[in-house]
Amino acid sequence: MTGPSGNGPAGFGPPIAGPSGAGPMGGHGFTVPVLRLGDILLVTLQGELHDGMAEQLQQDITERIAHTRVTGVVIDISGVDIVDSFLGRVLAEIAAGAGLLAARTVLAGMRPAVAITLVELGLTLAGLRTALDVERAMEMLTAGEQDGGSP
Amino acid sequence: MRASRHAAPASLPIGSDADLAWVRQQVRQAAAELGFGLVQQTKLVTAASELARNTLVHGGGGHVEITPLNTGPSPGLRLAFVDAGPGIRDLDQAMTDGYTSGGGLGLGMSGSKRLVHEFEVDSRPGEGTTVTVTAWATVVPPARPGS
Ligand SMILES: Nc1ncnc2c1ncn2[C@@H]1O[C@H](COP(=O)(O)OP(=O)(O)OP(=O)(O)O)[C@@H](O)[C@H]1O
Ligand SMILES: [Mg+2]
Repeated sequence: MTGPSGNGPAGFGPPIAGPSGAGPMGGHGFTVPVLRLGDILLVTLQGELHDGMAEQLQQDITERIAHTRVTGVVIDISGVDIVDSFLGRVLAEIAAGAGLLAARTVLAGMRPAVAITLVELGLTLAGLRTALDVERAMEMLTAGEQDGGSP
Repeated sequence: MRASRHAAPASLPIGSDADLAWVRQQVRQAAAELGFGLVQQTKLVTAASELARNTLVHGGGGHVEITPLNTGPSPGLRLAFVDAGPGIRDLDQAMTDGYTSGGGLGLGMSGSKRLVHEFEVDSRPGEGTTVTVTAWATVVPPARPGS
């Protein structure tokens, strides 16, 4: 997995502006690793996610759920330094689409500064399950497997 | 690496997704150099992302002017998002939580106003829109009206 440069508050990659010719899931040295762990799909977002890439990701994840019969999706956003209304909407739509395909989504690892900002922005992502980290998100999804299937 | 230089305003184009990403990075860097804390940086970058996207999507593209403010008691950053698009006919409506003329959530304008200290819209139908926001690194108590 090619981890792009650090995402710390002052960690900037080199200038990567320019017309976007990104293929599915990547471009500008940015990739979205999607791992299948048993019945769970683990999606790791990090760094700069362009709008077009976010939409592509939504389509990709939804197709993977349909084809692989996973029952849960964990989206790790611990490496994401801002969530605006566009990305917030894409995340909510991924979860809604997964729900229609009988998979549950947990958003993991939101940074505190991002959470504070989202509340002020007015985007509370009410329908989204969250967990403090990936491990706890996985626990939520596997623990839930026992108590009855989905309707 | 002190931020004591007299930084000149920078102007960046807003014409594509990639430009939005670049604007976010540059705003964060400028805010960090001025001593903004992490939460303040995150708020300002998020507001910038919303407003730059409006410039792109609703205004048909334009540019942003990034001006560091170093003269007051607290450093600040002013961002002016400029387009020559259709303008906003009903500003009150545009500033309402949840109002969108497209498929958005309608949070960009009202939400970014909450994320900055000063927010000003100058829009003329048929001529374009300029949204100017300012954030300060340290919160200065608001001046009393009519002091
Ligand atoms: N630069 C602009 N030029 C023309 N109209 C604008 C501009 N910025 C905002 N507007 C108008 O104001 C409305 C509200 O903007 P706002 O950013 O709050 O919501 P949105 O862009 O529709 O959705 P969201 O930002 O939540 O995805 C827009 O739908 C649009 O009609
Ligand atoms: Mg908007």
